[in-house]
Amino acid sequence: MFNFINYFVLTVIVVATVYPFLNVLAISLNDSTDTVRGGIYLWPRQFTLKNYETIFGYSTLITGFKISVLRTVIGTVLGLISASMLAYTLSRPDFRSRRFVSVFLALTMYFSGGMVPVYILMRDLHLIGTFAIYVLPGIVSAFNVFVIRSFIDGLPYALQESAKLDGANDFQIYYKVVLPLCKPVLATIALFLAVGQWNSWFDTYLYNGNKPSLTTLQYELMKILDSTQQGSAMVNSNDLAKLMQQVSPESIKMAITIVVTVPILVVYPFLQRFFVGGMTLGAVKA
Amino acid sequence: MDSQSAIPSAGRANATSASTAGKRSFWTEIVRQKYLYLMSLPFVIWLFVFNYVPIWGWTMAFQNYKPAKSFIDQKWVGFDQFRTLFHDDQFYMVLRNTLAMSVMGLVAGFVFPIVFAVLLNEVKGVAFKRVAQTISYLPHFVSWVVVAGIVTNMLSLGGVVNHILVWLHIIDEPIQFMAKPHWFWGIVTGADIWKETGWNAIIYLAAITGIDKELYEAARVDGAGRFRQMWNVTLPGIRSTIMVLFIMSIGHLLSIGYEKQMLLGNNLVSDYSQVLDLYALNYGIKIAHFSYGTAISMFNSVISIILLFTANGLFKKFAKESIM
Repeated sequence: MFNFINYFVLTVIVVATVYPFLNVLAISLNDSTDTVRGGIYLWPRQFTLKNYETIFGYSTLITGFKISVLRTVIGTVLGLISASMLAYTLSRPDFRSRRFVSVFLALTMYFSGGMVPVYILMRDLHLIGTFAIYVLPGIVSAFNVFVIRSFIDGLPYALQESAKLDGANDFQIYYKVVLPLCKPVLATIALFLAVGQWNSWFDTYLYNGNKPSLTTLQYELMKILDSTQQGSAMVNSNDLAKLMQQVSPESIKMAITIVVTVPILVVYPFLQRFFVGGMTLGAVKA
Repeated sequence: MDSQSAIPSAGRANATSASTAGKRSFWTEIVRQKYLYLMSLPFVIWLFVFNYVPIWGWTMAFQNYKPAKSFIDQKWVGFDQFRTLFHDDQFYMVLRNTLAMSVMGLVAGFVFPIVFAVLLNEVKGVAFKRVAQTISYLPHFVSWVVVAGIVTNMLSLGGVVNHILVWLHIIDEPIQFMAKPHWFWGIVTGADIWKETGWNAIIYLAAITGIDKELYEAARVDGAGRFRQMWNVTLPGIRSTIMVLFIMSIGHLLSIGYEKQMLLGNNLVSDYSQVLDLYALNYGIKIAHFSYGTAISMFNSVISIILLFTANGLFKKFAKESIM
């Protein structure tokens, strides 16, 4: 009896998690004028790829896609380099400034200047309206550094010492000995970084909202979402209005949602075993 | 979680580096460790610029900041910005919304993942367990933009939630959830539950696997059923994990972010959807009242730091007790 109820409850949870995605997929594949009638659940009623054709024929979204990919790749690579280098230096017991760097880094997890001072800083640095603003401010994340560091602490130190005896300098030890052993934790951090970059929209909204050449996919989706909402404050841009005459905003919204979500669905099963380990690594340390 | 990993690491770094630092002079040591410095100093400078310089920006809260003027030419106004802030009715409304949504999020963010982890742990079929878990943390990886779109879709007049409620005769006709101010806090909390329950359950599931299997055996011998085992073995087994995470999240009570509120909110529900960060955004940046916006941000940060120290104190007290 208990088993039955338990399986039932868990099945309901699983269905409630999956159903919205399937519903979005079905609507995105359904004829736009037909969708307005409602009643699309798991399968499209009038199958069409027109919604996707429309959004892929729309230059703003193509630009958005490129910028999203670019910031994801660059942001992830820079984030991995910085976090692994810092983590390595912090794992070296003989590093003289280890304590200072460690505390300096840890403090950033507790303090934040807040939205307005950060905005003023970005303006003073002339980063507003540039691509750099997507990747520069987020390069070093204390959390990522500490996760990698605790992984390195778990590696046998003798490996580093024997490399040292062979005449390797500290950078070579990092690059040739430590980094290859860190693959599992680096995969986890790479996933966190990439998902964070791919999903972010607020920096575009705040800093680059009026720069059509720098908008991201998430931001474009957010604009469409906002313009279709009740009591919306945002006025449609002309481009968007034109696009929506051909296909209903609802269908566009769903098609973009799928385009934005699919890359994550594709990579995440492969990285799953890593990030579960990474999550527990961070927690067990307590 | 972040905070837990940081405190012990900083402490240990301290102990070991003090003992290994040799008698060599300061500069020879730096030259000897030049690669370590090359690999860390650039990032320290970077942190200084992007994380520490904005704290200096708090001085704006005590000025009547004009972007065109230099720091020396700014007019200092003392606590005037804060006085205006504390006399603004909207501020109290925003504070109420922030606190309400963070407390609801805090409670839901513990109850649901723990229940989910405990239930999942009771499942014997490995395949079902794995599929359920994999699917459960899927929403964690999609953006709030997507989640907001999905939630709006599900809760719309023709959406599935209204369909089910009408079909079950709980309501007579569809409700416009997104246009009802009183539903907003619940919708945000619900969206949070949908997105993060599976992800947050990972830690509890890991903690549950650490529980000694013999305890269940002993409980069974004593005639405990499944519910008694869950209540008397599983939950006490993960008690310390729950406590640590709970105390830590108190420190983040006011920093609930603004993404969900901004994306799910609209003009019809703004009395219930405005939170501190959005208030700072609307006043501080959109209409360029930078000093006022900074005062809001600063209020937020200072309260967060106070909560964090309180939480840390509680944590120390709790940790000491658990050792004894």
